[in-house]
Amino acid sequence: MRLLPYIVAAWLLLTGLYGIVTSRNLLHVIVCLSIVQSSTYVLLLSVGYRTGAIAPIFAEHPPGTPAVDPVVHALVLTDIVVGATVTALLFALAVQVFKRRGEVDPARLRPLRE
Amino acid sequence: MIWFQLLMFLLVAAGGTGTVLTRDPKKQVIVLSFYGMLLSILFLALQAPDVALSELAVGAVALPLMLLVAIANVRKKLHK
Amino acid sequence: MSPRFRKWLFLVSTLGLALLLFWAVVALPGFGNYPGPYGDLLNSVAVYERHVTNIVTAVNFDYRVLDTLGEEFILFAAATGVMLLLREQRAAPHYRLPASPRAVFARSDAARWMGLGFIGALMAFGIYIVLHAHLTPGGGFQGGAILGSTSLLVYLASKESVYRRVTPKFLAELAECAGAGGYVVIGIGALLAGGAFLQNVLPLGQTGNLASSGTIWLINFSIGVEVTGAFSILFLEFIKEVPEREDSA
Repeated sequence: MRLLPYIVAAWLLLTGLYGIVTSRNLLHVIVCLSIVQSSTYVLLLSVGYRTGAIAPIFAEHPPGTPAVDPVVHALVLTDIVVGATVTALLFALAVQVFKRRGEVDPARLRPLRE
Repeated sequence: MIWFQLLMFLLVAAGGTGTVLTRDPKKQVIVLSFYGMLLSILFLALQAPDVALSELAVGAVALPLMLLVAIANVRKKLHK
Repeated sequence: MSPRFRKWLFLVSTLGLALLLFWAVVALPGFGNYPGPYGDLLNSVAVYERHVTNIVTAVNFDYRVLDTLGEEFILFAAATGVMLLLREQRAAPHYRLPASPRAVFARSDAARWMGLGFIGALMAFGIYIVLHAHLTPGGGFQGGAILGSTSLLVYLASKESVYRRVTPKFLAELAECAGAGGYVVIGIGALLAGGAFLQNVLPLGQTGNLASSGTIWLINFSIGVEVTGAFSILFLEFIKEVPEREDSA
Protein backbone atom coordinates (compact mmCIF):
# COMPACT_ATOMS: atom_id res chain seq x y z
CA MET A 1 0.00 0.00 0.00
CA ARG A 2 2.82 2.39 0.72
CA LEU A 3 4.08 1.97 -2.84
CA LEU A 4 0.74 2.24 -4.65
CA PRO A 5 1.05 5.96 -5.61
CA TYR A 6 4.46 5.37 -7.16
CA ILE A 7 3.19 2.34 -9.04
CA VAL A 8 0.29 4.41 -10.36
CA ALA A 9 2.81 7.00 -11.60
CA ALA A 10 4.92 4.32 -13.28
CA TRP A 11 1.77 2.80 -14.78
CA LEU A 12 0.74 6.15 -16.30
CA LEU A 13 4.25 6.57 -17.75
CA LEU A 14 4.26 3.13 -19.34
CA THR A 15 0.67 3.31 -20.62
CA GLY A 16 1.39 6.68 -22.20
CA LEU A 17 4.49 5.28 -23.89
CA TYR A 18 2.47 2.32 -25.14
CA GLY A 19 -0.05 4.74 -26.64
CA ILE A 20 2.71 6.71 -28.35
CA VAL A 21 4.33 3.61 -29.83
CA THR A 22 1.12 2.11 -31.19
CA SER A 23 -0.59 5.33 -32.26
CA ARG A 24 -1.92 5.94 -35.76
CA ASN A 25 -2.67 9.63 -35.29
CA LEU A 26 -0.37 12.51 -34.37
CA LEU A 27 -3.02 14.19 -32.22
CA HIS A 28 -3.40 10.95 -30.28
CA VAL A 29 0.40 10.85 -29.83
CA ILE A 30 0.36 14.34 -28.31
CA VAL A 31 -2.42 13.45 -25.86
CA CYS A 32 -0.51 10.30 -24.83
CA LEU A 33 2.54 12.49 -24.24
CA SER A 34 0.48 14.65 -21.88
CA ILE A 35 -0.50 11.46 -19.99
CA VAL A 36 3.21 10.63 -19.65
CA GLN A 37 3.74 14.14 -18.35
CA SER A 38 0.95 13.78 -15.80
CA SER A 39 2.74 10.75 -14.34
CA THR A 40 5.46 13.11 -13.09
CA TYR A 41 2.83 15.19 -11.30
CA VAL A 42 1.48 12.15 -9.50
CA LEU A 43 5.00 11.02 -8.55
CA LEU A 44 6.16 14.42 -7.25
CA LEU A 45 3.03 15.12 -5.22
CA SER A 46 3.12 11.62 -3.73
CA VAL A 47 6.74 12.06 -2.66
CA GLY A 48 5.91 15.35 -0.93
CA TYR A 49 2.82 14.06 0.87
CA ARG A 50 2.73 13.55 4.62
CA THR A 51 -0.09 11.66 6.31
CA GLY A 52 -2.39 13.89 8.30
CA ALA A 53 -0.61 17.13 7.36
CA ILE A 54 -2.32 20.28 6.12
CA ALA A 55 -1.83 22.10 2.82
CA PRO A 56 1.13 24.56 2.94
CA ILE A 57 -1.19 27.53 3.42
CA PHE A 58 -1.16 29.15 6.83
CA ALA A 59 -4.09 31.53 6.47
CA GLU A 60 -6.10 29.67 9.11
CA HIS A 61 -3.46 27.54 10.82
CA PRO A 62 -0.54 28.91 12.84
CA PRO A 63 2.89 28.52 11.19
CA GLY A 64 4.55 25.35 12.42
CA THR A 65 1.52 23.09 11.92
CA PRO A 66 2.82 19.99 10.08
CA ALA A 67 2.24 20.59 6.37
CA VAL A 68 3.05 18.83 3.11
CA ASP A 69 6.05 19.86 1.00
CA PRO A 70 5.44 23.20 -0.81
CA VAL A 71 8.43 22.84 -3.12
CA VAL A 72 6.96 20.00 -5.19
CA HIS A 73 3.66 21.93 -5.40
CA ALA A 74 5.51 24.92 -6.84
CA LEU A 75 7.28 22.68 -9.38
CA VAL A 76 4.11 20.93 -10.49
CA LEU A 77 1.82 23.93 -10.72
CA THR A 78 4.14 25.91 -12.97
CA ASP A 79 4.77 22.85 -15.09
CA ILE A 80 1.06 22.23 -15.68
CA VAL A 81 0.55 25.70 -17.14
CA VAL A 82 3.84 25.87 -19.04
CA GLY A 83 3.38 22.29 -20.26
CA ALA A 84 -0.02 23.20 -21.71
CA THR A 85 1.54 25.91 -23.88
CA VAL A 86 4.18 23.48 -25.09
CA THR A 87 1.43 20.96 -25.89
CA ALA A 88 -0.30 23.72 -27.86
CA LEU A 89 2.94 24.16 -29.82
CA LEU A 90 2.91 20.43 -30.58
CA PHE A 91 -0.72 20.68 -31.76
CA ALA A 92 0.32 23.54 -34.05
CA LEU A 93 3.11 21.35 -35.44
CA ALA A 94 0.65 18.51 -36.06
CA VAL A 95 -1.72 20.89 -37.84
CA GLN A 96 1.20 22.09 -39.93
CA VAL A 97 2.18 18.52 -40.84
CA PHE A 98 -1.39 17.85 -41.92
CA LYS A 99 -1.47 20.94 -44.11
CA ARG A 100 1.78 20.08 -45.84
CA ARG A 101 1.25 16.34 -46.21
CA GLY A 102 -2.50 15.82 -45.83
CA GLU A 103 -1.80 13.03 -43.34
CA VAL A 104 -1.61 12.61 -39.57
CA ASP A 105 -0.73 8.90 -39.41
CA PRO A 106 2.94 8.72 -38.39
CA ALA A 107 3.33 5.34 -40.11
CA ARG A 108 2.37 6.86 -43.48
CA LEU A 109 4.52 9.97 -43.16
CA ARG A 110 7.74 9.52 -45.07
CA PRO A 111 10.80 11.78 -44.70
CA LEU A 112 10.65 14.91 -46.81
CA ARG A 113 12.21 14.53 -50.22
CA GLU A 114 12.07 18.12 -51.42
CA MET B 1 -3.61 6.32 3.23
CA ILE B 2 -7.24 7.10 3.58
CA TRP B 3 -9.76 5.29 1.39
CA PHE B 4 -10.52 8.42 -0.64
CA GLN B 5 -6.91 8.82 -1.75
CA LEU B 6 -6.76 5.13 -2.60
CA LEU B 7 -9.92 5.46 -4.69
CA MET B 8 -8.61 8.53 -6.52
CA PHE B 9 -5.25 6.88 -7.29
CA LEU B 10 -7.03 3.90 -8.81
CA LEU B 11 -9.45 6.12 -10.74
CA VAL B 12 -6.55 8.20 -12.14
CA ALA B 13 -4.75 5.04 -13.26
CA ALA B 14 -7.93 3.85 -14.94
CA GLY B 15 -8.60 7.29 -16.44
CA GLY B 16 -5.10 7.51 -17.91
CA THR B 17 -5.43 4.05 -19.42
CA GLY B 18 -8.82 4.94 -20.84
CA THR B 19 -7.46 8.14 -22.40
CA VAL B 20 -4.63 6.26 -24.09
CA LEU B 21 -6.90 3.48 -25.34
CA THR B 22 -9.40 5.93 -26.84
CA ARG B 23 -7.92 5.97 -30.31
CA ASP B 24 -10.26 8.51 -31.92
CA PRO B 25 -9.12 12.04 -30.96
CA LYS B 26 -12.68 13.30 -31.29
CA LYS B 27 -13.82 11.02 -28.47
CA GLN B 28 -10.56 11.60 -26.64
CA VAL B 29 -11.55 15.24 -26.03
CA ILE B 30 -14.20 14.19 -23.53
CA VAL B 31 -12.10 11.45 -21.93
CA LEU B 32 -9.12 13.81 -21.58
CA SER B 33 -11.26 16.44 -19.91
CA PHE B 34 -12.60 13.82 -17.50
CA TYR B 35 -9.06 12.63 -16.78
CA GLY B 36 -8.02 16.21 -15.99
CA MET B 37 -10.88 16.46 -13.53
CA LEU B 38 -9.88 13.17 -11.85
CA LEU B 39 -6.28 14.38 -11.53
CA SER B 40 -7.50 17.63 -10.06
CA ILE B 41 -9.55 15.81 -7.39
CA LEU B 42 -6.56 13.58 -6.60
CA PHE B 43 -4.35 16.64 -6.11
CA LEU B 44 -6.96 18.10 -3.78
CA ALA B 45 -6.89 14.85 -1.79
CA LEU B 46 -3.08 15.17 -1.56
CA GLN B 47 -3.44 18.60 0.12
CA ALA B 48 -2.35 20.51 -2.97
CA PRO B 49 -5.12 23.06 -3.67
CA ASP B 50 -2.82 25.25 -5.78
CA VAL B 51 -1.98 22.40 -8.10
CA ALA B 52 -5.60 21.24 -8.20
CA LEU B 53 -6.69 24.70 -9.35
CA SER B 54 -3.98 24.73 -12.01
CA GLU B 55 -4.95 21.29 -13.27
CA LEU B 56 -8.66 22.16 -13.26
CA ALA B 57 -8.15 25.27 -15.40
CA VAL B 58 -5.63 23.70 -17.76
CA GLY B 59 -6.18 19.93 -17.80
CA ALA B 60 -9.95 19.86 -17.66
CA VAL B 61 -10.72 22.95 -19.79
CA ALA B 62 -7.88 24.52 -21.80
CA LEU B 63 -6.11 21.40 -23.06
CA PRO B 64 -9.25 19.57 -24.31
CA LEU B 65 -10.36 22.81 -25.99
CA MET B 66 -7.02 23.09 -27.79
CA LEU B 67 -7.32 19.46 -28.86
CA LEU B 68 -10.84 20.14 -30.14
CA VAL B 69 -9.69 23.09 -32.23
CA ALA B 70 -6.69 21.11 -33.52
CA ILE B 71 -9.05 18.31 -34.63
CA ALA B 72 -11.21 20.83 -36.48
CA ASN B 73 -8.09 22.01 -38.32
CA VAL B 74 -7.01 18.52 -39.26
CA ARG B 75 -10.45 17.50 -40.52
CA LYS B 76 -10.91 20.57 -42.66
CA LYS B 77 -9.47 19.32 -45.94
CA LEU B 78 -11.16 15.94 -45.75
CA HIS B 79 -14.49 17.72 -46.15
CA LYS B 80 -13.67 19.46 -49.40
CA MET C 1 9.70 -1.73 -39.05
CA SER C 2 6.32 -3.43 -39.09
CA PRO C 3 3.77 -2.33 -36.46
CA ARG C 4 3.65 -5.85 -35.05
CA PHE C 5 7.42 -6.04 -34.59
CA ARG C 6 7.47 -2.58 -33.08
CA LYS C 7 4.78 -3.54 -30.58
CA TRP C 8 6.70 -6.63 -29.43
CA LEU C 9 9.96 -4.73 -29.22
CA PHE C 10 8.17 -2.15 -27.10
CA LEU C 11 6.58 -4.72 -24.78
CA VAL C 12 9.93 -6.44 -24.16
CA SER C 13 11.81 -3.22 -23.46
CA THR C 14 8.95 -1.93 -21.34
CA LEU C 15 9.28 -4.96 -19.11
CA GLY C 16 12.87 -3.93 -18.47
CA LEU C 17 11.90 -0.31 -17.85
CA ALA C 18 9.12 -1.40 -15.50
CA LEU C 19 11.57 -3.48 -13.47
CA LEU C 20 14.00 -0.57 -13.26
CA LEU C 21 11.20 1.78 -12.19
CA PHE C 22 10.04 -0.67 -9.56
CA TRP C 23 13.59 -1.00 -8.25
CA ALA C 24 13.81 2.80 -7.97
CA VAL C 25 10.41 3.15 -6.33
CA VAL C 26 10.99 0.53 -3.62
CA ALA C 27 13.85 2.64 -2.27
CA LEU C 28 11.67 5.75 -1.92
CA PRO C 29 10.31 6.64 1.50
CA GLY C 30 6.79 5.19 1.71
CA PHE C 31 3.77 7.27 0.77
CA GLY C 32 2.91 9.72 3.55
CA ASN C 33 6.39 9.82 5.09
CA TYR C 34 7.83 12.95 3.52
CA PRO C 35 11.39 13.08 4.88
CA GLY C 36 12.95 16.15 3.24
CA PRO C 37 14.19 19.08 5.29
CA TYR C 38 13.50 21.79 2.69
CA GLY C 39 9.72 21.74 2.77
CA ASP C 40 9.62 21.74 6.56
CA LEU C 41 12.14 24.54 6.76
CA LEU C 42 10.15 26.69 4.33
CA ASN C 43 6.88 25.91 6.07
CA SER C 44 8.26 27.13 9.38
CA VAL C 45 10.17 30.25 8.27
CA ALA C 46 8.47 31.61 5.12
CA VAL C 47 5.54 33.21 6.94
CA TYR C 48 7.92 35.29 9.08
CA GLU C 49 10.57 35.90 6.42
CA ARG C 50 8.30 36.92 3.55
CA HIS C 51 4.96 37.81 5.20
CA VAL C 52 2.95 35.41 3.03
CA THR C 53 0.48 32.73 4.06
CA ASN C 54 0.60 30.70 0.84
CA ILE C 55 4.05 29.11 0.94
CA VAL C 56 3.76 27.72 -2.60
CA THR C 57 3.62 31.26 -3.99
CA ALA C 58 6.62 32.26 -1.88
CA VAL C 59 8.58 29.32 -3.31
CA ASN C 60 7.61 30.18 -6.88
CA PHE C 61 8.14 33.91 -6.80
CA ASP C 62 10.86 34.31 -4.20
CA TYR C 63 12.87 31.29 -3.11
CA ARG C 64 12.97 29.79 -6.60
CA VAL C 65 12.33 33.00 -8.50
CA LEU C 66 15.11 32.51 -11.05
CA ASP C 67 13.76 29.07 -11.90
CA THR C 68 10.31 30.54 -12.50
CA LEU C 69 11.89 33.13 -14.80
CA GLY C 70 13.11 30.23 -16.94
CA GLU C 71 9.67 28.59 -16.88
CA GLU C 72 8.11 31.87 -17.88
CA PHE C 73 10.30 32.16 -20.93
CA ILE C 74 9.45 28.60 -21.98
CA LEU C 75 5.81 29.70 -21.91
CA PHE C 76 6.67 32.84 -23.84
CA ALA C 77 8.67 30.94 -26.46
CA ALA C 78 5.97 28.27 -26.90
CA ALA C 79 3.21 30.86 -27.42
CA THR C 80 5.42 32.74 -29.88
CA GLY C 81 6.16 29.45 -31.67
CA VAL C 82 2.44 28.72 -32.11
CA MET C 83 1.97 32.22 -33.50
CA LEU C 84 4.81 31.80 -35.99
CA LEU C 85 3.78 28.31 -37.11
CA LEU C 86 0.17 29.17 -37.80
CA ARG C 87 0.92 32.59 -39.24
CA GLU C 88 3.41 31.36 -41.80
CA GLN C 89 0.76 29.01 -43.12
CA ARG C 90 -1.67 31.78 -43.92
CA ALA C 91 0.95 33.72 -45.83
CA ALA C 92 1.50 30.89 -48.33
CA PRO C 93 -1.11 31.60 -51.04
CA HIS C 94 -1.78 28.08 -52.32
CA TYR C 95 -2.73 26.88 -48.86
CA ARG C 96 -5.23 29.66 -48.25
CA LEU C 97 -8.82 28.72 -47.54
CA PRO C 98 -11.34 29.32 -50.31
CA ALA C 99 -12.80 32.80 -49.94
CA SER C 100 -16.40 31.62 -49.97
CA PRO C 101 -18.72 33.29 -47.45
CA ARG C 102 -18.51 31.63 -44.10
CA ALA C 103 -21.77 30.24 -42.85
CA VAL C 104 -22.14 30.76 -39.13
CA PHE C 105 -23.80 27.86 -37.43
CA ALA C 106 -26.29 28.97 -34.84
CA ARG C 107 -25.53 28.59 -31.16
CA SER C 108 -28.31 27.10 -29.10
CA ASP C 109 -30.11 29.32 -26.60
CA ALA C 110 -28.68 27.26 -23.75
CA ALA C 111 -25.09 27.75 -24.93
CA ARG C 112 -25.68 31.46 -25.47
CA TRP C 113 -27.20 32.18 -22.07
CA MET C 114 -24.88 29.95 -20.10
CA GLY C 115 -21.87 31.45 -21.85
CA LEU C 116 -22.88 35.06 -21.37
CA GLY C 117 -23.96 34.40 -17.80
CA PHE C 118 -20.65 32.91 -16.78
CA ILE C 119 -18.28 35.40 -18.42
CA GLY C 120 -18.54 38.00 -15.66
CA ALA C 121 -18.32 35.48 -12.84
CA LEU C 122 -15.30 33.73 -14.36
CA MET C 123 -13.49 37.02 -14.99
CA ALA C 124 -14.03 38.07 -11.39
CA PHE C 125 -12.87 34.66 -10.17
CA GLY C 126 -9.74 34.76 -12.33
CA ILE C 127 -8.81 38.26 -11.15
CA TYR C 128 -9.40 37.24 -7.54
CA ILE C 129 -7.12 34.20 -7.99
CA VAL C 130 -4.34 36.35 -9.45
CA LEU C 131 -4.54 39.08 -6.81
CA HIS C 132 -4.69 36.83 -3.73
CA ALA C 133 -1.80 34.56 -4.68
CA HIS C 134 0.17 35.25 -1.51
CA LEU C 135 -2.77 34.62 0.83
CA THR C 136 -4.94 31.78 -0.48
CA PRO C 137 -4.50 28.97 -3.04
CA GLY C 138 -3.98 30.38 -6.51
CA GLY C 139 -1.62 32.68 -8.32
CA GLY C 140 -0.67 34.20 -11.60
CA PHE C 141 -0.34 30.89 -13.41
CA GLN C 142 -3.78 29.57 -12.47
CA GLY C 143 -5.59 32.91 -12.63
CA GLY C 144 -3.97 33.67 -15.98
CA ALA C 145 -5.10 30.33 -17.40
CA ILE C 146 -8.66 31.03 -16.22
CA LEU C 147 -8.68 34.60 -17.58
CA GLY C 148 -7.11 33.58 -20.89
CA SER C 149 -9.74 30.90 -21.43
CA THR C 150 -12.68 33.06 -20.35
CA SER C 151 -12.84 35.04 -23.57
CA LEU C 152 -13.45 31.75 -25.33
CA LEU C 153 -16.92 31.73 -23.76
CA VAL C 154 -17.73 34.67 -26.03
CA TYR C 155 -16.85 32.52 -29.03
CA LEU C 156 -18.95 29.64 -27.76
CA ALA C 157 -21.89 31.89 -26.93
CA SER C 158 -21.96 34.12 -30.00
CA LYS C 159 -19.90 34.19 -33.20
CA GLU C 160 -16.30 34.57 -34.21
CA SER C 161 -16.46 38.25 -35.21
CA VAL C 162 -17.78 39.20 -31.77
CA TYR C 163 -15.08 37.06 -30.13
CA ARG C 164 -12.39 38.85 -32.12
CA ARG C 165 -13.77 42.25 -31.21
CA VAL C 166 -13.71 41.59 -27.44
CA THR C 167 -10.27 39.88 -27.59
CA PRO C 168 -8.07 42.20 -29.65
CA LYS C 169 -4.94 40.44 -30.86
CA PHE C 170 -2.91 43.54 -30.16
CA LEU C 171 -3.96 43.59 -26.51
CA ALA C 172 -3.16 39.88 -26.05
CA GLU C 173 0.29 40.31 -27.55
CA LEU C 174 0.90 43.41 -25.47
CA ALA C 175 -0.11 41.54 -22.29
CA GLU C 176 2.18 38.63 -23.09
CA CYS C 177 5.19 40.85 -23.78
CA ALA C 178 4.53 43.26 -20.91
CA GLY C 179 4.18 40.36 -18.48
CA ALA C 180 7.35 38.64 -19.62
CA GLY C 181 9.29 41.89 -19.69
CA GLY C 182 7.83 43.11 -16.41
CA TYR C 183 9.32 40.12 -14.59
CA VAL C 184 12.81 41.02 -15.79
CA VAL C 185 12.26 44.72 -15.11
CA ILE C 186 11.35 43.91 -11.49
CA GLY C 187 14.57 41.89 -11.27
CA ILE C 188 16.65 44.76 -12.62
CA GLY C 189 14.83 47.15 -10.29
CA ALA C 190 16.09 45.04 -7.38
CA LEU C 191 19.63 45.43 -8.75
CA LEU C 192 19.20 49.21 -8.92
CA ALA C 193 17.90 49.25 -5.35
CA GLY C 194 21.17 47.67 -4.24
CA GLY C 195 20.06 44.05 -3.92
CA ALA C 196 20.74 40.96 -6.03
CA PHE C 197 18.86 40.21 -9.25
CA LEU C 198 15.18 39.52 -8.36
CA GLN C 199 15.84 39.93 -4.64
CA ASN C 200 12.81 40.88 -2.58
CA VAL C 201 13.73 44.49 -1.79
CA LEU C 202 10.30 46.08 -1.28
CA PRO C 203 8.76 46.56 2.18
CA LEU C 204 6.97 43.35 3.16
CA GLY C 205 3.90 44.89 4.78
CA GLN C 206 1.47 43.28 7.21
CA THR C 207 1.01 39.49 6.88
CA GLY C 208 -2.47 38.74 5.56
CA ASN C 209 -3.01 42.10 3.86
CA LEU C 210 -3.54 42.32 0.13
CA ALA C 211 -0.64 44.79 -0.11
CA SER C 212 2.08 42.64 1.44
CA SER C 213 4.92 40.25 0.54
CA GLY C 214 6.97 42.83 -1.41
CA THR C 215 8.04 41.85 -4.92
CA ILE C 216 6.28 38.45 -4.67
CA TRP C 217 2.99 40.22 -5.35
CA LEU C 218 4.39 42.23 -8.27
CA ILE C 219 6.09 39.27 -9.95
CA ASN C 220 2.96 37.19 -9.47
CA PHE C 221 0.90 39.94 -11.09
CA SER C 222 3.18 40.16 -14.12
CA ILE C 223 3.00 36.37 -14.50
CA GLY C 224 -0.81 36.63 -14.37
CA VAL C 225 -0.78 39.23 -17.15
CA GLU C 226 1.60 37.16 -19.24
CA VAL C 227 -0.28 33.86 -18.91
CA THR C 228 -3.56 35.64 -19.72
CA GLY C 229 -1.96 37.03 -22.87
CA ALA C 230 -0.36 33.72 -23.84
CA PHE C 231 -3.56 31.68 -23.50
CA SER C 232 -5.56 34.34 -25.38
CA ILE C 233 -3.02 34.22 -28.21
CA LEU C 234 -3.16 30.42 -28.37
CA PHE C 235 -6.94 30.38 -28.72
CA LEU C 236 -6.97 33.33 -31.14
CA GLU C 237 -4.46 31.59 -33.40
CA PHE C 238 -6.08 28.17 -33.35
CA ILE C 239 -9.61 29.45 -33.86
CA LYS C 240 -8.57 31.62 -36.78
CA GLU C 241 -7.74 28.36 -38.54
CA VAL C 242 -11.15 26.78 -38.04
CA PRO C 243 -13.67 27.53 -40.78
CA GLU C 244 -17.01 28.45 -39.28
CA ARG C 245 -18.72 26.34 -41.89
CA GLU C 246 -17.67 23.19 -40.05
CA ASP C 247 -20.72 21.21 -38.98
CA SER C 248 -20.83 20.01 -35.42
CA ALA C 249 -20.81 16.30 -36.29
